[in-house]
Amino acid sequence: MSAPTLTRAFSAFRSPTVRLTALAALAVGVAVLYLFTDLPGKWEYALGLRWRTVAGMVIAAAAVGVATVLFQTITANRILTPGIMGFDSIFLAIQTLTAFAIGPAFLVSAPPLASWIVELVLMGASIVLLYWWLFLRRRLDLHVIVLAGLVLGVLFRSITGFLQRLLDPDTFAIVQNLTFASFTSVDRELLVPTAILVTVAIASLWPIRRALDVLSLGEASAISLGVEHRRVVMHAIIAIAAMVAASTALVGPVTFFGLIVANLAYGAVGHRHLRSIPAAIAIGAIALVGGQLILDRVLGFGTELPIVIEFVGGLFFIILVLTGRAR
Amino acid sequence: MIHIDSVVVRHGAVTAVDDVALRVSAGLTAIIGPNGAGKSTLLAAVGRLIGTRAGVITVDGLDVATTRSRDIARRLAILRQDNHLAIRLSVEELIAYGRFPHGGSGRTPEDRELIERAIDLLDLQAVRGRFLDELSGGQRQRAFVAMAIAQDTEYLLLDEPLNNLDPRHAVGLLKLLRRLVDERSMTVVVVLHDINVAAQFADDIVAMRDGRVMHHGPVASVVTAENLAGLYETPVRIAEIDGRIIALWE
Repeated sequence: MSAPTLTRAFSAFRSPTVRLTALAALAVGVAVLYLFTDLPGKWEYALGLRWRTVAGMVIAAAAVGVATVLFQTITANRILTPGIMGFDSIFLAIQTLTAFAIGPAFLVSAPPLASWIVELVLMGASIVLLYWWLFLRRRLDLHVIVLAGLVLGVLFRSITGFLQRLLDPDTFAIVQNLTFASFTSVDRELLVPTAILVTVAIASLWPIRRALDVLSLGEASAISLGVEHRRVVMHAIIAIAAMVAASTALVGPVTFFGLIVANLAYGAVGHRHLRSIPAAIAIGAIALVGGQLILDRVLGFGTELPIVIEFVGGLFFIILVLTGRAR
Repeated sequence: MIHIDSVVVRHGAVTAVDDVALRVSAGLTAIIGPNGAGKSTLLAAVGRLIGTRAGVITVDGLDVATTRSRDIARRLAILRQDNHLAIRLSVEELIAYGRFPHGGSGRTPEDRELIERAIDLLDLQAVRGRFLDELSGGQRQRAFVAMAIAQDTEYLLLDEPLNNLDPRHAVGLLKLLRRLVDERSMTVVVVLHDINVAAQFADDIVAMRDGRVMHHGPVASVVTAENLAGLYETPVRIAEIDGRIIALWE
């Protein structure tokens, strides 16, 4: 390639649209690599399994990434995420409560779709209620919201811990198993309903994409510029709740994943939601599918991907806080 | 015309604005008063940033509580004291947001023209491409004022816009507000702390204390030794230099 062509290629890469296209292409490439390389003799079976894993990871990446971008928009900050705010603990508490109240038989033997819907409704409703109370009814400032998130996280974890002590060992094992994140053991029956729910939630953002951009300027500026603040924030809260609940029910709780994804997306394509939302989806998919690809095929590790992601995400969180770039 | 009728605003148990009635017409109106008088709260209520407990506020006859926010935003822009951004924007990008209420992407010729005008008016040409977090407090303040100006409204509400500004830019901003009023017959309402500045540049002054309007009228009728001493509970002498009213605190 000649020098001018190279220069042109680089300057084209400054355009957010080009970068977004590149990210999308990379995501598709990684997925294709994961699906089709290194197939064993019984490829039909392996492909079916891999397809399910990839689909689960893409859906989870989309849900967590977009929920984080939205959450950071309505709170006008860059380090808080639904995960850091302790919503995994609500999930754990609901799982444990269900096991405790209805019995483990329900968790294991009930049709997955039925228990999925129950969990989803419970978790979605509690998140909507909590966010509505924090952001719209009480209009607390960011510091109080962080504190409330931490306190509620501890509260739910304590309730969970207490109830789990009361469970018999068998039930405890079942609950324990449900409360760890895993991308490889996705329930196939839940894939389609989760995909539909997440797609609907993301698609519903299309009409408010510009209002969300303005919302990143903060509440006062957004209102001055004519955004129907309460309506847009409530819309975002419902979408966040649906996506957080759906992804947690599908793959389990992930705390720091959304943080990395959202911040990388801003860095790559800026803050316009028209681009930052698709970028978050693509980056999330690249991180999950690519991470799984490297773990499985290159390193041959038995390590679970969530552990690696949480480790990297935790480091990233500390860097963001220490360098003050989040402010 | 801004009509404020028996408006009450409460922060929890504290009544910040207590049964205020006010008419504000075209011109530069300054709201003055001691700390905690309810100046900023009243301004925020007019700008529908906070809800009222009682009373009605209308702008051009439109009730700010019930009219579509966008319709208000085409008539009225409000800027608060503390403008803090979590995202990284350049000066120009921020100002372009001022075109949002007009449905503009900021890219139509009319949008471009108004954005350019706002950049020129606020003396931001040199820093237009810089990111806001790289600017001084005063430059950032001017960028936000420019966004409000780009909104191209008839009403402009500014809460202590002189914070962070050095004398040159403070005077520059006040002269700009004066021009907007004189050339475009806008209605500009500013919360100010410096009475001498208010007296020099404003047409009318609203003096508030304990959530109530104590005095309202042309500068000369409000800025008197007796009024100010009562308002701030501090003795004051009024002098006149070159035809300007100056308050000298004793």
